[in-house]
Amino acid sequence: MSDFPTSAKVVVIGAGIVGNCLVGHLARLGWTDMVLIEKGPLPNPGGSTGHASNFIFPVDHNKEMALLGVQSANQYRDMNLSVDSGGIEVARTEERMAELNRRMTSAKAWGVEAELLTPAQVKELVPFINDEVILGGFHCPSVSVVDSLETGTVMRKEAQETAGLQVFANTEVLEMLVDDDPVPGMRRIKGVVTDKGTIEAEYVVIACGVWSNRIANMAGTYIPLVPAVHQMADVGPMDVLVETNNEIGYPIVRDMDTFCYERQSAGSMEVGSYAHRPILHHPDEIPSNEEAALSPTEMPFTPDDFDQQMEEAIELMDMLGDAEIKYAINGLLSLTPDAMPCLGELPDVRNLWSAAAVWVKEGPGMAQVVAEWMTYGYPRVIDPHASDISRFYNDEKSDEHIWARAEEHFNKTYGIVHPSEQWETRRGLKESSLKAITDGLGAEYFTARVWERPHWYTSNADLLERYGLSEREVEWDNRWWSPIIDAEHLNLRENAGMVDLTAFQIFDLTGPGAVAFAEYLSVNKVDKPVGTSTYTPWLTPDGGFHSDLTMLRLAEDHIRIMTGAFDGGRDEAWIMKYMPTDGSVTFANRTEDFVTIGLWGPNAPAILGKLTEADLSQTGSPYGSVRTVTLATGDGDIEVDLFRISYVGDTGWEIYVPWDQAPSVWTALEAAGTDHGLRPCGAGVYAVGGRIEKGYRLMGAELESEYNPVEAGLARPKVKAAEFIGREAYLAAREAGPDAVMCTFAVEDHTDSQGRQRFIQAGNAPIVTNEGERILDSHGRVSVVTTAGNAPSYGKYLCLGYLPVDMAEIGNTFKVMYMNELFPVTVVATTGSAFDPEDTRLKS
Amino acid sequence: MNILVCVKRVPAPGAKINVTDDGQSVDAAHLGFTTSPHEECALEEAVQIAERDGGEVTVLTLGPVEAEEQLRYAASVGAHKIILVPTDGSAWDPQRTAVALTQAIETAEAANGSAFELILFGNESADSGGFQVGVRVAHKLGRPIVNAIKGIVPGDGSVTANREIDGGFEVYEVPTPAVLGVKEGINLPRYPTMKGRLASKKAVLETAEIDAAAGGQTLVKLHRPPEQASNTEILGTDESAASAIVDILEEIGVLA
Amino acid sequence: MSALLVVLEHDRGKWSEANDEALTAARQLVADMADGAELHAVLIGDGALDLAGQAGAGGAAVVHVANDAMLTDFGPEACGETVVQLAVAESVAAVMAVGTSRGNEVLAQVAARMDLPFVANCMTIAPGAGSWSMTRVQWGGSLLEDATLDSGDGPKLVTYGHHAVVAAPAAAPGAGEVREFAPTLDASLARTIVKDRDVQTAGVTLSTAPVVVSGGRGVGSAEGFAQLEELASLLGGRVGCSRAVTNLGWRNHTDQVGQTGTRIAPEIYIATGISGAIQHWVGAMASKRILAINTDAEANMVAKADYAVIADLHKVVPAITAEIKRRKGL
Repeated sequence: MSDFPTSAKVVVIGAGIVGNCLVGHLARLGWTDMVLIEKGPLPNPGGSTGHASNFIFPVDHNKEMALLGVQSANQYRDMNLSVDSGGIEVARTEERMAELNRRMTSAKAWGVEAELLTPAQVKELVPFINDEVILGGFHCPSVSVVDSLETGTVMRKEAQETAGLQVFANTEVLEMLVDDDPVPGMRRIKGVVTDKGTIEAEYVVIACGVWSNRIANMAGTYIPLVPAVHQMADVGPMDVLVETNNEIGYPIVRDMDTFCYERQSAGSMEVGSYAHRPILHHPDEIPSNEEAALSPTEMPFTPDDFDQQMEEAIELMDMLGDAEIKYAINGLLSLTPDAMPCLGELPDVRNLWSAAAVWVKEGPGMAQVVAEWMTYGYPRVIDPHASDISRFYNDEKSDEHIWARAEEHFNKTYGIVHPSEQWETRRGLKESSLKAITDGLGAEYFTARVWERPHWYTSNADLLERYGLSEREVEWDNRWWSPIIDAEHLNLRENAGMVDLTAFQIFDLTGPGAVAFAEYLSVNKVDKPVGTSTYTPWLTPDGGFHSDLTMLRLAEDHIRIMTGAFDGGRDEAWIMKYMPTDGSVTFANRTEDFVTIGLWGPNAPAILGKLTEADLSQTGSPYGSVRTVTLATGDGDIEVDLFRISYVGDTGWEIYVPWDQAPSVWTALEAAGTDHGLRPCGAGVYAVGGRIEKGYRLMGAELESEYNPVEAGLARPKVKAAEFIGREAYLAAREAGPDAVMCTFAVEDHTDSQGRQRFIQAGNAPIVTNEGERILDSHGRVSVVTTAGNAPSYGKYLCLGYLPVDMAEIGNTFKVMYMNELFPVTVVATTGSAFDPEDTRLKS
Repeated sequence: MNILVCVKRVPAPGAKINVTDDGQSVDAAHLGFTTSPHEECALEEAVQIAERDGGEVTVLTLGPVEAEEQLRYAASVGAHKIILVPTDGSAWDPQRTAVALTQAIETAEAANGSAFELILFGNESADSGGFQVGVRVAHKLGRPIVNAIKGIVPGDGSVTANREIDGGFEVYEVPTPAVLGVKEGINLPRYPTMKGRLASKKAVLETAEIDAAAGGQTLVKLHRPPEQASNTEILGTDESAASAIVDILEEIGVLA
Repeated sequence: MSALLVVLEHDRGKWSEANDEALTAARQLVADMADGAELHAVLIGDGALDLAGQAGAGGAAVVHVANDAMLTDFGPEACGETVVQLAVAESVAAVMAVGTSRGNEVLAQVAARMDLPFVANCMTIAPGAGSWSMTRVQWGGSLLEDATLDSGDGPKLVTYGHHAVVAAPAAAPGAGEVREFAPTLDASLARTIVKDRDVQTAGVTLSTAPVVVSGGRGVGSAEGFAQLEELASLLGGRVGCSRAVTNLGWRNHTDQVGQTGTRIAPEIYIATGISGAIQHWVGAMASKRILAINTDAEANMVAKADYAVIADLHKVVPAITAEIKRRKGL
């Protein structure tokens, strides 16, 4: 081809549903000079899109997946490439029936029409179903079947016509060209080498589905996903289906307890499974278009893995047994280590973007996310933090990790997954130097990505009696929870608690430009005296939350950033993205140089005072200050930094200890605290109970890019003079005032219709009016519970969530839907705290 | 009528076949496997005859232990008995294969107490295409064989078999027990049903351990034919190319 | 003197085109064999004698004409037995044929009866003093196999692949000495002799049509083949199809071009909506010219074609038909 381009503004690799929709959305956002390359032929290049089952169940418990699912379904509808077939998730077990009630709750949250059906009602809609093996169904009439190949073609052609997109099929990427970057650790994409020629490009997007990690590896980086088999078999023809004279005439049935679905495809039925053993492939094992008997991602069917599903399918629909299996494949799709997509700019290669691990059901929406991200610096349609490619730590990028986690969650595709569910595999990747000690205390560990964090300590079980605490009535509410958490909480408020906060991510900015750069990232003023701190949002260019963290002024040219383990990757990537290129700032990740030990409670000053001569009073160590002090331990004097701060609402410190000396400090504090009732205290208190009483916001829960600091109640009285990211939007938000306000709600009655006490688990439970209506603010943002948890000191179970500003008044009553039942709640705080609103404990 | 069908497990490639580095076999690492197409039709024919006239269909294969997959497939579409003659996985030459198959057939017939009235082979295998195993086996068994059969009508003590020739058929009437080499097109083979597949798992796999001496044909190595550089002349990208096409048809004299 | 015996085919006195290939290949093979090897041909059955001259003209030094009451019509066992007896009587060094349906079957019969190895469908053969080396086809020609053939003291048994050799006239005719041969055939061999014929297709057949217009899955339906029928009939050709189309039930298997269908060798093969998987390609590769009409510019069939139109067959095929009608004044 003589007209193969040598340069372009953007090269998008991969013309599946994602790549095609991406060029379409980029064109709509005004991008030009784009090239789309695809190693296979068009319109069906042989990737996962070509064999997708193409249906969309819009209800998901996860907010990103649910809203982008609905958004994607609407994009397909707008192109008239979608049919609303309806769909029914059927339950064979009581546990699943409970899960269907949870689905009803999520449907309510996201505004999707849905109803629960009796077996007989299911049979009315699907006459060939065996209603004797099911207990009921969750019917969603807006389940749709889409034409993903044609949608891709339409979007691609739109970009060709409106933005001059050039398209090259049968063009394979051989090499990725990457340049050095002035910022150490960073590189920049320069172009791609293909078998048709080399294109220099400012931006390159990898939308290569199951091949994405291979292409990323060519650029020396990672898109952690693995091609995995999803088996499906097409059986037919069957008269009852043929007679519909339609591609899809009956609702899709998801046989949830067997992890299978039955989806009509003209005269046949497609039976698909997520029940078989996980079958993963390395990208190099995928045959080429030429080598494959069908297509590269339609790999040879392994019938032994499907027999069980056949038996169960026949049990549900007997007619399937006598129909011929005309087509059966081990279809490949993409799995990631945490079951979420990989979107955004690669954290170590500038202008190299990932739009991968996206399925047909969310393809157009995810493509829009990436297009907006490239255009505006952050997506507008939704906060993408759970899909952000930069969320992964290095330990999560190895094949070993990707495979282990993909194997673990594959069979949960249709599983009943608790919102607090913990991983079983690949544990212990990052452990504190305190691990031996916390093991000895019977710590139950939860993970914060790769970090192990004690969530509660079984050694504190004796406190249950003291505080009269017991397990919860319903197993689901009790799962991944212990009343010991509440005991640790009450003990902290009564005496003191010591928290292992090793998972804190610690970044240092040093050099002559460090303070100015830190200022540029932050809403609040960082350029303050040495020994002070700043708690501040980092905003997106549009003024929404990107991060929420603490910055310490340790020296004239030294800023330390403390952030949570769930956000370390994203925050580090954000820093690297905006780092000055003039060498004036040096970045260092110090996470594994220090252990953070939290010490809080009324007895905290007395305990710490036993180890140091330093002035620990509110004058000697005032709130927000950082002081270097020497602690006398059994292993000698140890120099530590004391940061007087609290995320739990009681006075105390974060103590930063050199990594190897942390056990000595912990042991010394433990000894000093014996007479003061000091107990170890897990993240159950630190991350939920303690903070919810105080109304402290958490990034990714209360704080998302759709909300601004004014709405979150985090706006300060004044705006600093210095420029910072999102400043203009922030000023506008202050001018406009909040559209919604973050509120604290107390649950007034936990009794459900069966007389059981229920406890709302976080997971986007909708906050509705007393009449049961969804609540939307003027931007269309829905009110849902962002965090829920017991507040034992306050004496009630609390929820956090946004309300439209005109409803956000203390004393107003609402309902929260949980497991498809309504529980009454009252607003007990708006911007402030429910517990100790005057912060007297903090200041004591 | 009791019928034996001999089948072969072969890879299911796309438009390009790769060869292993040692050149000894097709690189089938990520290819599926199937039953050689002629044999798939032979099996379908046998099942149809058994369904119509009664009798049992036995399927025999010589191949790696993985060939159980093809035998189970045969059971899933109606075979009653399945027999595997396991090899070490290497490709056996036609003489060696024929000797082993003959012994396996004799063993099975001895166990049955009677000869298979009809033994069906595929006309040739899809992969090695030696065009001889069926003939060799028939000869060793002393039975008649005709190849290229696209029609079978069982009779009393004989079968009528149609051999495909250009533009029609030759009709043979072969006394049973007989052997036929079947070609694809004799029928359209059915796909298994789910119930058939599940039932096939219960079929008892008989194994006949038989070895035989190598014959005189030895595989040295496999290789792909030299790639021909594509010299395709693109006549156009829409229907306006019709004129150029008809010019060519005229030029080569087919537009009489 | 050693001899190469080439088995020729005919149909009750009608010379088979494959014989020209057989003699062309045999002349080369006998030249490559040990010094002084002589080319013998055998013609079997009714009408054979009339063709002996043609065999001689093709280079045969000796033409054996085998006749027996049982050889009037083709019978694989009787034919095979005849060749065995002749080969033994003449102590030939090798027996060869072209790998047509009959050619391979007769040689297989010879091999079975003599319990000797037989290598089918060779592309090239390098005779040696002891064993021979050859390259033969696998997968209908998609793969090549280098093989050796060791027949001990017995004759080498080989076929050349049909269309592997381009037929050419002999530079000089052979002596063409006719020798009659009367085999001793057991009456039992009558069991596999043709009893009847059922000629179904009048006129041009797929394998001999000068033009074949084929459709693949891209045609979309059984009805979609009507436009191909019209074009084919205008060109005096036949309609073919891919295996996918047969499996979908849109066309009869008799129309299938491919490894397990019919192998064609037309003046021009018009392949529409066919990607060109191995199964199909090996049936079409003997075509003298190929025109591919496909929306996928990189489809295997397009890459291997002489001419291609990258467009929707549903637009191009009617346009060709219209253009032909216009030029023919129809």
